[in-house]
Amino acid sequence: MTGIGDLYPVAVLEHSRHPRNRRTISGRTHAASGENPACGDEVRVFLVLDVGGIIDDVAFEGKSCAIATASASLMTEVLPGKTRAQARALFDRFHAMVTGGAEPPPDGMEAEVERLGALSALRDYPVREKCATLAWHAMLAALESAGGGTSASGAIEQRA
Amino acid sequence: MLDTGHAVTESRGAKSGNCAAAFDVEAVRADFPILHRPVRGRPLVYLDTAASAQKPVQVIEAERWFYSEEYANIHRGIYFLSQRATELYDAARRKVQAFLNARRPEEIVFTRGATEGINLVATSFGEAFLKQGDEVVITGLEHHSNIVPWQFLREKKGVVLKVARLNDRGEAPLDEFTALLGPRTRLAAFAHVSNALGSVLPVAAMIGAAHRVGAKVLIDGSQSVVHLGADVQALDCDFFVFSGHKLYGPTGIGVLYGKEALLEAMPPYQGGGDMIASVTFEKTTVAPLPAKFEAGTPAIAQAVGLGAAIDYLTRAGLERVRVHEAGLLRYATSRLSAVKSVSIIGTAAEKASVISFVMEGVHPHDIGQVLDSQGIAIRAGHHCAQPVMARFGVPATARASFGLYNTAREVDALVEAVETVEALFAR
Repeated sequence: MTGIGDLYPVAVLEHSRHPRNRRTISGRTHAASGENPACGDEVRVFLVLDVGGIIDDVAFEGKSCAIATASASLMTEVLPGKTRAQARALFDRFHAMVTGGAEPPPDGMEAEVERLGALSALRDYPVREKCATLAWHAMLAALESAGGGTSASGAIEQRA
Repeated sequence: MLDTGHAVTESRGAKSGNCAAAFDVEAVRADFPILHRPVRGRPLVYLDTAASAQKPVQVIEAERWFYSEEYANIHRGIYFLSQRATELYDAARRKVQAFLNARRPEEIVFTRGATEGINLVATSFGEAFLKQGDEVVITGLEHHSNIVPWQFLREKKGVVLKVARLNDRGEAPLDEFTALLGPRTRLAAFAHVSNALGSVLPVAAMIGAAHRVGAKVLIDGSQSVVHLGADVQALDCDFFVFSGHKLYGPTGIGVLYGKEALLEAMPPYQGGGDMIASVTFEKTTVAPLPAKFEAGTPAIAQAVGLGAAIDYLTRAGLERVRVHEAGLLRYATSRLSAVKSVSIIGTAAEKASVISFVMEGVHPHDIGQVLDSQGIAIRAGHHCAQPVMARFGVPATARASFGLYNTAREVDALVEAVETVEALFAR
C-alpha cells in the first residue's frame, strides 16, 4: 500500500484497536466533551489533578475514527505527571506536528513528543486534523474549566 | 466520443446479466477527461456520483464554446451576441422542458440547484399560501435541503412539519406516509430517490394520496433524474426540483418545475433585474413566467452546459444507462455483502445505484481514507441526511455510488480495497 502505512502506522493501528485509558473516572476533578462536527464523533475526557495541579490521571470515552481514538489514547499516556502548562505546551507541539506548523523549541518533553510522532503523517492529510486534535481540545477545555470538586457531581463539565 | 449507433456490449459486468441493451461503457469513459487522470499514483475510481457527477467533454466544450463564441448577457441588448445568448439560454430551457415532459417552457425556472428550488417553494408558496397549523409532510429519508427550509417556514408561519417513518430496509412505506395526510395537509415534499441509501420512493402513489387530501406535492429529483428521468405530467407532481451537477452538468445551475397556474399565483422569490415588467419608485410590475422567478443575471453558460448534459444523457439512453447502473448495483451489492465485516445500510426492494455501508470496528472516515490511498473516491459521512443516520443508529456511513461511466472492474477495485480495510483494522 502506498502512503496509507504512513497515516496508519503500527502504533496508531495498535492504539486504535486497543485504546489505553478508555474508561470513565468517577473521582475526576475536570471533564469536558469535544465534538467533531464534520463526522459527529464525540469524545469525553476526564482528568484528575492533584492538589499541586499535577495531572494524576486522564482517561477518555467515546467512539470515533482510528485517528481520533489513537490520538486520545496516546494523549492519555503522555499527560500523567504533567502540569497544566506542560499539557498546553504538549498540545502546541502536537498541533504544530500534525498541521506542519513551526515547531516550538524543545522543552524537556522530547520522549513524549516522539511518542506522539506516530501521528506526524497527518500533516499531509489536513482534513483529518480535527480527528487528531479532538481529544486534545476536550482536554484543554476541561483544564480551562475552573477546576475544583473531586467527585463526579462536583466536577466541572465543559464542552470543547 | 459517445456513438449511439453502436451495439457493443460491456466487457465486464455483463455477468450480472442484462447486457442485451447495448451500452459501450468504454466509449462513455472516453468522454470524461477526469477519469483518465491518476490519483495517488493509481487510476481514479470515482464512486461519488451521487454527490456530484463528473463532466463529459461535451458539457465542458459547450461552456467553453459559449464563452468563446456566443457570450453576452441575455434579455438586454438588441445586439447580435445578446440575442444569440438569449436564444441559447431559451433553448436550454426547452431542453429541460422536453427532458421533464413539462407542458410549457414557462414552467421551467432556472435556479442555482435543487436546494434553491426547495427554498423558493418554501418561501414563495409557503409564505403566501400556508397558515399557522397547516401541515407539511416529508419523509425520514430527506436530505437536509428538504428539511431545513420547512423548519424555517415552521418558525415563520407556524406550520406543522410531519415526518413519515422509515422501515428497517430504509424504505418510506406508503402507509406510513398516507397515515400523516389529513385535512390540514397543504404540501408534501419528498425525494424520489434517497441520497443516503438509494431507496426509490413510491412517488406516483404518494402524489395520488397527497392530491386526494388536496395537498400540493414537491418532488426532490436530485438523485432520481439521472437514473430514472422524470415525466412531470405523468407523475402529476406540482413542483419538481433537481441540480445540474448531479446530471453530468455544471455546478451553479438547477431547475424548479412548477405547474403554470401555481407559479402564476405565487409571489416572486427575489427582487431585481430581469424579473420585472416595469419599475417606478411607486410601483413595480412583475414580469411573466419564468422571468418572474429569475431575478438578476442567471447562470447563462451553466444553463447552456446543462442543455448539453441533457443531450448527452439522452443520446446515451436513459434506459440503457439505468440497466447498466442496475447491473453495477447488483454486482457491488453481492460482492460487498460477501465481505464479513460489511453491513449494507439500506436494502430497499427498489434502489438506485447507491450503496451505503458500515464495517464492524472501522469508522467510515477510515474506510474513506484507505480507499483514497488506492485512488478510490467514495463519500464517508452523514450525506447531509443526519436523521437517516440516526434512524439506523450510525453517525456516518461509507457510500459508493455509480454513474454511467463506472465499470464492474471498478467494483472489483472497491471490494479489494474494502478487504484491505478489513485486514488493516481487524481486531
